[in-house]
Amino acid sequence: MAALTAPARAAEDSAKRVGGSRWTGYWLLAPGALWLGLFFVVPFYSLVSASLFDPNGSVLTGYKVNYHVGNFATAVKDYHPELLRSLWYAGLATLICLVIGYVLAYAIAFKAGRWRNLLLVLVIAPFFTSFLLRTLSWKLILADHGFVVSTLQHLHVLGHDGRLLNTWLAVVAGIVYNFLPFMVLPLYASLEKIDGRLVEAAGDLYASPFTAFFKVTWPLSLPGVVAGTLLTFIPAAGDYINAQLLGSPGERMVGNVIQSLFTSSQDYATAGALSLILMIIIIGMVLVYIRKVGTEDLV
Amino acid sequence: MSPLARAGRWVRGHLVLGLGVLVLAYMFVPIAVVVLMSFNDPGKSKNVYAFRGFTLHNWEHPCGPAGMCHAVGLSVSIGLLATLVATIIGSMAAFGLVRHEFSGRGLANTIIFLPMASPEIVMGSSLLALFVSTGFGGRLGFWTIFVAHVMFCLSFVIVTVRARLAGLDDNLEQAAMDLYADERQTFWRVTFPLALPGILGAALLSFSLSFDDFIITNLNAGQTTTFPMFVWGAAQRGVPMQVNVIGTVMFVIAIAIVLGGELNNRRRARALVG
Repeated sequence: MAALTAPARAAEDSAKRVGGSRWTGYWLLAPGALWLGLFFVVPFYSLVSASLFDPNGSVLTGYKVNYHVGNFATAVKDYHPELLRSLWYAGLATLICLVIGYVLAYAIAFKAGRWRNLLLVLVIAPFFTSFLLRTLSWKLILADHGFVVSTLQHLHVLGHDGRLLNTWLAVVAGIVYNFLPFMVLPLYASLEKIDGRLVEAAGDLYASPFTAFFKVTWPLSLPGVVAGTLLTFIPAAGDYINAQLLGSPGERMVGNVIQSLFTSSQDYATAGALSLILMIIIIGMVLVYIRKVGTEDLV
Repeated sequence: MSPLARAGRWVRGHLVLGLGVLVLAYMFVPIAVVVLMSFNDPGKSKNVYAFRGFTLHNWEHPCGPAGMCHAVGLSVSIGLLATLVATIIGSMAAFGLVRHEFSGRGLANTIIFLPMASPEIVMGSSLLALFVSTGFGGRLGFWTIFVAHVMFCLSFVIVTVRARLAGLDDNLEQAAMDLYADERQTFWRVTFPLALPGILGAALLSFSLSFDDFIITNLNAGQTTTFPMFVWGAAQRGVPMQVNVIGTVMFVIAIAIVLGGELNNRRRARALVG
């Protein structure tokens, strides 16, 4: 999280005078490292071996790892529409989140004055009601004879029998809604650190507010933009709740497929391969993206 | 500056604020719907996605739907236990990272960041693959959910506590040492109380994450049903209105805790100044 980096590192450098022997740090870190190692790192190995299972195995008869690389081919051949759709929906939702999240973060950082802390609490407040219940609420808001749809029909934005629920629009809107706080918080953290005098200086040098924004504020907020887009895009690409509740089968995302392969058809081999493909695509995209934007200051 | 330019500037300044408030309002619409629907009387209608009439019935009989309150209880106990463990070992790790020297910091930072940046479906399926391959496939339930929840809460705890520690003025600790406090006294009388708000914040965040998690839990729960899983199952048929009561209560409690903490901070800050 780019936002936390600079002060965190400064404190790491300055505060080493306090504290016991040179092993204390390792002891403090050990339980957490062990837990993440056992239940986050090791499972990736299990996932890789699951993706190489003999596809004829089952939960009852057990699985054999026979390096069946064909699982990957099967996964891509059968499910590439869902994969591409996930990336497309997640990308679009991330872009929308960036635009409206930037407005909100900017307003909180520069315009909110003494309401700043309250507004920040309000940004995280949606986390305190269930994700599923909030998504189900959208089902009601976007319902066929509901207020939103009737208004849009009156305004001829939607056709006479146009609808929102069970369309890709509803799914993308749901994703935008659910992941918006992940965009706003890092954006806010990096906007808040900007020295207002820099923007004033740009104004003094006859930059219009627009030029000042694009030449000063925007570049300085880039670490927040990178962190925010990643923290939105990555979970969005794996999400299936929005697609399931707000979309029709035509909007199935890769998460829906992985979930049902694991739990309903118990096809661990294909599910493992598909999971791994998703992860590899995401890591690849993230690396290219970070190189393009030129920030490696992520953690 | 001419009055016109000044007026233009006022509008521009407040335009951004106004748009920001609109975005916030958008974030609150679904929550308002949850609160509203907790008073909904669907009657005999099968359509549970429309408000039919006002009733207090859902609030008077919150445990009406079979199995729901059991699921809530289970989610609360998993949430409390996972929060306790994740907060303790996560805070220890944060202290270790900020206050102590060791090699491998880059690797540690990466491993802490990765769980926050991995799709839940991938983490959930990896864990399931681990459980199945180590023979726990038939014993999925409370403990496998607990293990998973501690895992994904840990990173958030470490990051939150670390941010708090990094923002502390270490002159206070130096001062304590200058006044002949030993390391233990300095830690428990100065460092720990200063870090406490961050630790409590991390605990609140952990509990919310755990209570709310669906994707990872659903893969690793076996036959056990947590509250989100109950909602998911019910959503296929039409959710009972009581789930909105639970949603509303959770929201009110969490907001009360956060606002209470904020008020407390302000009072303390004022006491220090005055």
